Amino acid sequence: MKTDIILCGVGGQGILSIATVIGEAATRAGLQLKQAEVHGMSQRGGDVQSNLRLSTEPIWSDLIAKGGADVIISMEPMEALRYLPYLSKDGVIITSSKPFVNIPNYPDETALQAELDSQPKVFKLDIDALALEAGNPKGANMVLLGAVAAHLGILDAAQLREAIKTIFAAKGEAVVEANLKCFDLGSK
Amino acid sequence: MAEKKLLLGDEAVALGAIRAGLSGVYAYPGTPSTEITEFIQKYAPAIRSRWCTNEKTAMEAALGMSYAGKRALVCMKHVGMNVCADAFVNSAITGVEGGLVVLAADDPSMHSSQNEQDSRFYGKFAMVPIFEPSCQQEAYDMIGKAFELSERVKLPVLFRVVTRLAHSRAAVEVGEERAQNEFRPANDRGWVLLPAIARRKYAELIDKQKDILDESERAAAIEGEGKLGIIACGIGYNYVKEAAPKASILKINQYPIPQSAVRYLAARCSKILVVEDGQPVVEQDVRALLGVDYKVAGRLTGALPRTGELTPDSVAAALGIKPSEALAEAQCLAPRPPQLCPGCGHRDVYKALNEVAAEFPGARIFGDIGCYTLGALPPFSALASCVDMGASITMAKGAADAGLFPAIAVIGDSTFTHSGMTGLLDAVNDHANITVIISDNLTTAMTGGQDSAGTSKFEAICLGLGVEPEHLHVVVPLPANMPEITRILREEINYKGVSVIIPRRECLQTLKRHKK
Repeated sequence: MKTDIILCGVGGQGILSIATVIGEAATRAGLQLKQAEVHGMSQRGGDVQSNLRLSTEPIWSDLIAKGGADVIISMEPMEALRYLPYLSKDGVIITSSKPFVNIPNYPDETALQAELDSQPKVFKLDIDALALEAGNPKGANMVLLGAVAAHLGILDAAQLREAIKTIFAAKGEAVVEANLKCFDLGSK
Repeated sequence: MAEKKLLLGDEAVALGAIRAGLSGVYAYPGTPSTEITEFIQKYAPAIRSRWCTNEKTAMEAALGMSYAGKRALVCMKHVGMNVCADAFVNSAITGVEGGLVVLAADDPSMHSSQNEQDSRFYGKFAMVPIFEPSCQQEAYDMIGKAFELSERVKLPVLFRVVTRLAHSRAAVEVGEERAQNEFRPANDRGWVLLPAIARRKYAELIDKQKDILDESERAAAIEGEGKLGIIACGIGYNYVKEAAPKASILKINQYPIPQSAVRYLAARCSKILVVEDGQPVVEQDVRALLGVDYKVAGRLTGALPRTGELTPDSVAAALGIKPSEALAEAQCLAPRPPQLCPGCGHRDVYKALNEVAAEFPGARIFGDIGCYTLGALPPFSALASCVDMGASITMAKGAADAGLFPAIAVIGDSTFTHSGMTGLLDAVNDHANITVIISDNLTTAMTGGQDSAGTSKFEAICLGLGVEPEHLHVVVPLPANMPEITRILREEINYKGVSVIIPRRECLQTLKRHKK
């Protein structure tokens, strides 16, 4: 069994934290894992992505082939579209619905949402609003992770919750609770 | 049970070196190599690990530690090899005492670099052994082997990784820590490379080639079946295994290329495909070895793309495997390039520069390497050039020599101490008519905020190099100070000589961290 994930968004949105939590849960579950990240220049407000591969069998490539990803997890709707060629024909897109506009030529939003909606399996949610509702505006990435939990297959919500506790433990009980609240709202 | 850790390729290298009895790491930050030194600084603070001014000072200090009998590691991105090349190539002539491993992190596809040069050429040029792991576990294991080989053959060893390995995480099984070497300085004249001694040492280096070739032969592994023989180097192996797990593969992780193994594979197969990330280093060697009549495919023949990093897709295509069905590119897409952070001091610098430069039709702003290279992109579109570390000042000087006015250089604080100071001395000595902006954010920002070698020393450095005190200014790049900054810029552009303006305000990213 394997799950190949493309995580994407804009530098600073916290996609690497999502990867860290999934990585922790996968390691604890005894899964094989490879996670290619982007560091350096692209962190400055540019597009960022990470290839995260989980499997019960050994994994060779650090990168996912085109048409191979089971899930695209995106903190931003246009960024979700950027990796369409990597999604398998049965693949799922789980994305924030709210555009992050920091470029002058951002596409027309109506057309963008329509193109997203036309994909076979897509789940959009307003993660920023849900994070606010949870009282933790910085936890939008954990809301998204909550939404992803039901679609990963190889890991379940309980395992991801445990991983959140471990990863944020150093920042104190309050931070752990705030992130769990976001995760739970997202998974509803 | 052995301990398992989830590590980036870079971190696996770092931990492997620590466990191999490392005494010092010497490095200048550079993507994708930075995390190696950062990991050692955090995980093993007792190991000597302060950031160096540039890759050449790093290489030489490491050679000095090796001279004293200790194990030393030098880390840099691929273009850093150009900076330390003099020391590197000559360290193969002197040889080493304690193990010396030179780690070069190549960046095929230029994720954050200006070229995709292949460091294996440097290893071949210097005639030293080269290691190239294919996965995180091998990165960990091979660093120890590299130190051992370095000490046995008394040569520096080049250790090559690429971005995809450096910045990819996987579980690594880690071993026991070996004690550091005893302090035992070399005591022979072989380190004094006067011509008479250098000739003898060079002959010794030639004599060692057979030994290091034998090492590569022993490390080579052949597996699988099939008429197509695949030579898979470094991480190229993973893409081959992903696409064709049972193919005939010669896995290469060590150079010079294992000639007998290549001949053996060629005899078993009817055609060879070379899968290597970076430039066609091995492909050229294999062609030379097998002759024109043997069919060899690779990047040179177009079987694989000539440029850019390998991908599972390009390797599968080279193996003749049909791609999976994939969705088409989306329509509603726009590129999202990186940009300067909102509120960053470099923004105020470019705003002022653009305003003043607009008053001089012939103005050119020569850029350099750092976050501020992003000033080349909209909304600023300010830069005429960006070539290599320090080139802003020297290119401005040369252009000014040719009559260009005003010739303005923009360089960051860390880049200035890395390679800008010597150029400024040239400019001062030649009374060049240039205006130099040292945009000082008190850190090496682009690679994540490492210490900058010249912090709090810039005025003294510039004055010491001969910049006249009345033409050296420090300003605070904030919107409120725009009138003052533009006035000084105007005055200094009109001064016929070298002026230096230092806009100084802390990087917002490090400021955020310091406030925590």
